Amino acid sequence: MDTREKDIEKLKDYKYGFTTDIENIKAPKGLNEDVIKFISNIKKEPQWMLDFRLKAFKRLKLLKEPNWQKPKYPKIDYQDLYYYSAPKSMKDKPKSLDELDPKLLETYKKLGIPLQEQARLNGIAVDAVFDSVSVATTFKGELTKHGIIFCSMSEAIQKHPDLVKKYLGTVIPVTDHFFATLNSAVFTDGSFVYIPEGVKCPMELSTYFRINASETGQFERTLIIADRGSYVSYLEGCTAPMRDENQLHAANVELIALDDAEIKYSTVQNWYPGDENGKGGIYNFVTKRGLCKGKNSKISWTQVETGSAITWKYPSCILKGDNSIGEFYSIAITNNHQKADTGTKMIHLGKNTKSKIISKGISAGFSDMTYRGLVDINSKAKNSSNYTQCDSLLMGNKCGAHTVPYIKNKNFDSNIAHEATTSKISEEQLHYCQQRGLNPEEAVGLIVNGFCKEVLQQLPMEFAVEAQKLVGISLEGSVG
Amino acid sequence: MSEQLQSDFDKLVKTSKFSSEEIKFKKNFLDNFIKNGFPNRKQEDWKFLDISQIIKKNISDLSFFNDYSQSNKIDPSFLVDGLEHNKIIFINGKIEKIDFNFEDQNKIEIIDKTKKDISFDYENSLIDLNSAFIDKVFKILIKKNYSLKKPLIIYHLTNDKIKSTNINLRLDFELAENSCLKLVDYFANTTAKNFINIFYNFNLEKDSILKNYKIDKFRNNNLKYSFNNIEQDNNSVSETFILSAGSDYFKNEINCNLNGEYSSAFINGIFSLKENQQHEIRTTINHLVENTKSYQLIKSVLGKNSKSAYQGRIFVNSKAQKTDGYQLSKAILLDETSEFNAKPELEIYADDVKCSHGSASGSLDENSIFYLMSRGLNYQQSKELLINGFLMDVVEKITDVEIKNLIINIIGLKQ
Repeated sequence: MDTREKDIEKLKDYKYGFTTDIENIKAPKGLNEDVIKFISNIKKEPQWMLDFRLKAFKRLKLLKEPNWQKPKYPKIDYQDLYYYSAPKSMKDKPKSLDELDPKLLETYKKLGIPLQEQARLNGIAVDAVFDSVSVATTFKGELTKHGIIFCSMSEAIQKHPDLVKKYLGTVIPVTDHFFATLNSAVFTDGSFVYIPEGVKCPMELSTYFRINASETGQFERTLIIADRGSYVSYLEGCTAPMRDENQLHAANVELIALDDAEIKYSTVQNWYPGDENGKGGIYNFVTKRGLCKGKNSKISWTQVETGSAITWKYPSCILKGDNSIGEFYSIAITNNHQKADTGTKMIHLGKNTKSKIISKGISAGFSDMTYRGLVDINSKAKNSSNYTQCDSLLMGNKCGAHTVPYIKNKNFDSNIAHEATTSKISEEQLHYCQQRGLNPEEAVGLIVNGFCKEVLQQLPMEFAVEAQKLVGISLEGSVG
Repeated sequence: MSEQLQSDFDKLVKTSKFSSEEIKFKKNFLDNFIKNGFPNRKQEDWKFLDISQIIKKNISDLSFFNDYSQSNKIDPSFLVDGLEHNKIIFINGKIEKIDFNFEDQNKIEIIDKTKKDISFDYENSLIDLNSAFIDKVFKILIKKNYSLKKPLIIYHLTNDKIKSTNINLRLDFELAENSCLKLVDYFANTTAKNFINIFYNFNLEKDSILKNYKIDKFRNNNLKYSFNNIEQDNNSVSETFILSAGSDYFKNEINCNLNGEYSSAFINGIFSLKENQQHEIRTTINHLVENTKSYQLIKSVLGKNSKSAYQGRIFVNSKAQKTDGYQLSKAILLDETSEFNAKPELEIYADDVKCSHGSASGSLDENSIFYLMSRGLNYQQSKELLINGFLMDVVEKITDVEIKNLIINIIGLKQ
């Protein structure tokens, strides 16, 4: 027994009579104007914010839920969800790790997350986003020194209303698609980042998200603004505990890069994917969109998607400023009954804009995986170029891998190149690795990591190690 | 529009000699079409070029009635010279002549009573329109072990005697075991602004070979839609070549089901478009069993105000291991107003497959032009030479030498 396990044992013995239910302040079930007013009221929001929400809600009533995606899901009853729930106080959080699902602990162990971190991840310690309200955000001092604002959305609405007012909803307007509009109406909290002119953010900003209270659709709203000549790298990591009920997660993330600014947004998404039979799991219907507003700006999305029952998202870049650059690096892994429909949109509006898409999809078990992407070069986007590469790897013949790129070139000065391949892990490669003493699972892990290397390289150090292990874990049980 | 459809349909029933059972079938298709109308951009397959808008814009007096009791005169000046061939002549919506003079008459059978229903699943209201207003449907049967000595050319002609603005054609072909058919579609429409709706159904039995060449070269203002449904049994081969250059609007749609092992499908296409032309090729290749192969190569050269779209879909069933599927689409945009759209789609459920697609679009390579100009060509000549080479690549894929030469001459390429 290694020390960590001993520690867990110790914690198990530590028998504080823990409190029973987490008492949440919950908005009444259902979606209506009163609930929106309730949310706005409890967060003490100014009138303009409430107006923003109500405008979105008015629009929402006219919209229909889209259904063109590949993974179909049972109809969601939006009146049967709680739109707001917040922990009353710290003492209501789980007291120790043994309250958690053992499978989850096992996963942590394999990922090599330290005990303290495990506890933090599960809201046992203090600094974490717990449910819909940011409890605390760290590193404040260091950041304030540089004039960087990194706080929760609710705090930003109170303290920096001018910035929020100026930028919120400019990339994802309230009149966008169904889920984005739903988020605009009922969003609870999220992160707000503002990097002032010329500042290179000295550290990676990160937030752990966590879904806790049952039947709470999570509606995060994140807004990142990089002012002229600034740079920021933002990490988003997610874990969620075991749940039987399907949970909806419809977040909105808006990035705005002004002249010469650069934003790097990395996600490792490892939410509960449902059990081996496809029961439960999170619905991850997130809208992420970045606007390269200024000249020479750059937005780069990196994502490692291994969790969720259904992942349905397209982190996009609108390349409005001349010479701006958009990048998208993605690994999506689906196993068991998971389904993913993900990709990106690169919309070239400015001159000399460049975009690059590298997407690696791996599907195993009974899962289904779709890359869907749009490259649209507008007639004014002179001398622009795009390069797209999407590769899929299949394991077994019960799963599916699909590629649906949309390519629109309206400019004769611009070049678009698109490549896609679908293949399986070759017997020779497996044989070679096994011959050198790896067991089949390690061999697959190694090969898959090689397949994903181009994307993993893009991740910041903190994430790269975890992500690499995650890739192996996600594919457990898919060989043989 | 529905009143017009209904009254034109009644006129059709009055003037022609359909049996009551046929009329019942036709009525059914008509009702379907009235219900769904022309496809529009809300349907995924019609996203890039919305035919209902295009028809609305171009054909103000849409009418559907054709008097099939009248026959049309054949103008021999349209016929292809210098190549011995069999003919089917289709004028103003009516098949005037079927002529297999070069062949053994015992080996070919022409049946004019085919099943009225359609044997595959479709979601396409244009096929309903076709089935409702079509004259007789002929089925051409090539018997076992017979290869046609000469190609069959289908002439698509219209002249000023045309009565309606919509004409429909349907032909069914059955290629029995080990037979071979070379089929050329030759479009020479002289009238303007008609909607021409063509539907071919091919059934390829074991070891049979189909070669279909569609030549739409001469500039005309017609709107055309062509749908090929190809069913392939073991070891059969289908080759389709599309030259899409003449009409204002032309959408070629191919649905190919590879039902038998070792069957293969090849689709090659050229778009060569100018002023206000909008063309599209949409292909669906369904790999349904093991060891099947498909290959697609589509190239576009797009001039001022033109728009081309390519939607290619490779579907691989979970049973279809060892599939080999390939798609490549390339486009050269010559003008700032030209537009290229592509949606090369892969839908794969089997793991031991080799499937890839590629798509590239852009302007002519300035370095290549510079190279040629430094060797004494002027700008225009260099451009032409590069385009010539770009398109030659596709034409070279044609396996029938005689027809390849015919097509090279028609396009005016240099070898």
